[in-house]
Amino acid sequence: MSDWRYRLAEQRGTLLAIAIFLVMFVIYVSNHPAGFTANVVQTAANKGVLLALVAMAQTLVVLTAGIDLSVGMVFTLTNCIGSYIVTGSMGTALLGVLGVLVTGLMCGALNGLIVIYGRLQPIVTTIATGSIYYGIALWLRPQPGSDDNFNSDIADLMTSQLPGGIPMSLVALLMVVLVVWLPFRRSAVGRAVYAVGSSEVAAYMSGVPIRRAKFVAYTLSGLLSAMGGLYVTFITYSGEASFAGGGSYTLFSIAAVVLGGVSLFGGVGSAVGAIFGALAFRTIGDLIFVFDLEALWQELFQGVVLLLAVCIGAARLFQVRNRLDLFS
Amino acid sequence: MDVAVPLFRMEGVSKRYGGVRALEEAELNVHRGRVHAILGENGAGKSTLIKVMAGVVAPDKGRMTLEGQEVSFPDPASANNAGIVCIFQELSLIPDLSVADNIVISNPPKRFGMIDRRAQRRIAEEALARAGGADIHPMAPVKELPLSRRQIVEIAKALARRPRILILDEATSALTAADVVKVFAVLKRLRAEGLALLYISHRMHEIAEIADECTVFRNGRNVATYLTGTKTDNEVVEMMIGREYSHVFPPKSPAVRSDKPPMLEVRNLSWMQRLRDISLTARAGEVVGLGGLDGQGQRELLLALFGVLKGVSGEVLIDGKPTVIGSPRMAKSRTAGMALIPEDRKTEGLMLPMPVRDNLSFAALDRFCHGGIIDRTAERKAIDEMIKLLSIRSDGVDVPVGSLSGGNQQKVVIAKWLMMTPRIILLNDPTRGIDVGTKQEIYQLLHRLADSGAAIIFYSTDYDELIGCCNRVLVLYDGAVKRTLVEDEITERALIASALNIAVEQVEAGIKPAINA
Repeated sequence: MSDWRYRLAEQRGTLLAIAIFLVMFVIYVSNHPAGFTANVVQTAANKGVLLALVAMAQTLVVLTAGIDLSVGMVFTLTNCIGSYIVTGSMGTALLGVLGVLVTGLMCGALNGLIVIYGRLQPIVTTIATGSIYYGIALWLRPQPGSDDNFNSDIADLMTSQLPGGIPMSLVALLMVVLVVWLPFRRSAVGRAVYAVGSSEVAAYMSGVPIRRAKFVAYTLSGLLSAMGGLYVTFITYSGEASFAGGGSYTLFSIAAVVLGGVSLFGGVGSAVGAIFGALAFRTIGDLIFVFDLEALWQELFQGVVLLLAVCIGAARLFQVRNRLDLFS
Repeated sequence: MDVAVPLFRMEGVSKRYGGVRALEEAELNVHRGRVHAILGENGAGKSTLIKVMAGVVAPDKGRMTLEGQEVSFPDPASANNAGIVCIFQELSLIPDLSVADNIVISNPPKRFGMIDRRAQRRIAEEALARAGGADIHPMAPVKELPLSRRQIVEIAKALARRPRILILDEATSALTAADVVKVFAVLKRLRAEGLALLYISHRMHEIAEIADECTVFRNGRNVATYLTGTKTDNEVVEMMIGREYSHVFPPKSPAVRSDKPPMLEVRNLSWMQRLRDISLTARAGEVVGLGGLDGQGQRELLLALFGVLKGVSGEVLIDGKPTVIGSPRMAKSRTAGMALIPEDRKTEGLMLPMPVRDNLSFAALDRFCHGGIIDRTAERKAIDEMIKLLSIRSDGVDVPVGSLSGGNQQKVVIAKWLMMTPRIILLNDPTRGIDVGTKQEIYQLLHRLADSGAAIIFYSTDYDELIGCCNRVLVLYDGAVKRTLVEDEITERALIASALNIAVEQVEAGIKPAINA
């Protein structure tokens, strides 16, 4: 029986994020004029999945006790590239999709290589590379737009509704969890990522492959950001090099990760938690809409909810009787 | 025995760190089925020696052979693969991972490319059982385990790698007496299985019990190798420190009889379920020891006195006046004048990347400040005095404190608190993992501080220290004071008996009587 106690403790952050999301989502749909319909869920899912993918990307780097400030810019760059190369027939469009994903992998790999071999701090490295990625995006798409031959069939498919009103985007997200996250979590290199984030010295002394772990974390992070960029291309049929857009995705991804119970100190948390953190964070904007408040309240309200959620997570600190535990 | 070819051999190995010669033409032969103890002062080269063996640092020159084949280890992983596994003094466990995750960390069992959790669980349970830790749950996060349990996990982790040479660096220094017995049983079995064990410890009686042969290091060189039992403790200590070995402990000053209220008085102190109704007094010039098995509330008692714990009930009187101490900041204020030398100097005592100078003046910084500005000249003067007083060895006061040896680091921790001339000094096992020479200096210092009128509360896991240093010893058991021993009553036998909370007669057969019993 006590196995369950430990399993529950391990998933505490994720469960809390799920609970926060559910509460907010129930408030949202019960106040929505249309109620709980397939279309409401569809719209919410499409928006939520974008941030969820970027938050997953952020999670991987945060688990290594790093931070990736380029996720939003990889997202923007791959969106712009997608608007150029997801074109023509189904075959060439799929090649284009592959090209977008490989671009993301390469962006992430570059971040990883600089952090590992350049021994620069992740925060500085990714500010710099993020600017570079954004520069390339702006060079590609000075104005928002898309290729004349853009393959909208694949875009429509990926944003469609499956029978029973299930949004395709959620299915795609589930597939990413099953194909990318779960194997990563159960693999040796995944464990190494947690070890590096928890205590890099101890990991080194235990013969854990530190470099490989970091490289995989950053590279997969690039891949997941590119999946987000690809999805925004599917939704908008176009590419846009928006600095504010990329920047806010980066910041929101950090918020989502924190909401999702991932420790910014590294070594603790799950991408599943970050997904629900992202969905919860997105729902805040939707709540503003259903309560018919002015859009300018959105930022303020998001900030308040984020603070409250973090406070709930920190509530157990009040039970701490040994002040030294506050610091560990 | 000498005809046997050594399993591992090290010849002419040298290593320098900047201008410091850590190892100089070192030689070592390690044989199968034997426990080989390495002795030496801090900075004698023991740590560097095992770091070279374990692939943590690369030697400047020299050669190493394993079964006659020349080997070199660029990283810990390659040393592990060759069968050399080290249990380091500084724990190498990953706090956020579970016990089982940690045990298999360097080579997790896999199925279809994924970690096989069932196999991992089995390996962990087996290894824990072999290391005498069958009571530890494999799924518990390591950060929730007390230090002594973590050390058992550390040993289990080493065993899971199926080592041919197992290096134990101060592996028992965090263990309770009962755990040491268990670990020794494990080590003896491993020796019988043909493993080579390298054992580094400062506890002479442990070496006498477990080691087959010993090598003494001094100034980076191996000065002598002998079979255990062929040298007296005195001779060994002389070889280690290279100077005349007189008495380890300075003579005790008799307890002060005085009508003044005690400097520190504690009445009915309780905290959660961990401290129960503890009362104690400490007068100026008195050294009051805290004894008992590790983890019976000694650490919590010191933290409670220093204002670190919340929800403490009971009364604390300083100079007879009731005083409420709600934080370390209040504890070190002039009215209380308390200092705590913490157990874990790396996290609670020092800012490792900061220079020695800044570390020394942190606790007493108020005293050098005028209107919020630090008076550099006064600070420098006080620091120089402290360094002289404690003879802290260092290339200068501007190097990061993390680059000093363990003993010197501990002296910096002590010096930092002495700078504010505390009246009540709380010490939490200050000699853990420290060489004999530095230990002696710390005893002398305690003695001098007591003579100059400080009240000292001294927790030690080493019974000899309690016997040698204290006027009174309170033995704690399960968070309560089980027995108070005064002056001549403080004997090894009495300490052990009350620590185990059993009557003296029952242990007589197992424990040799103390010298002055």
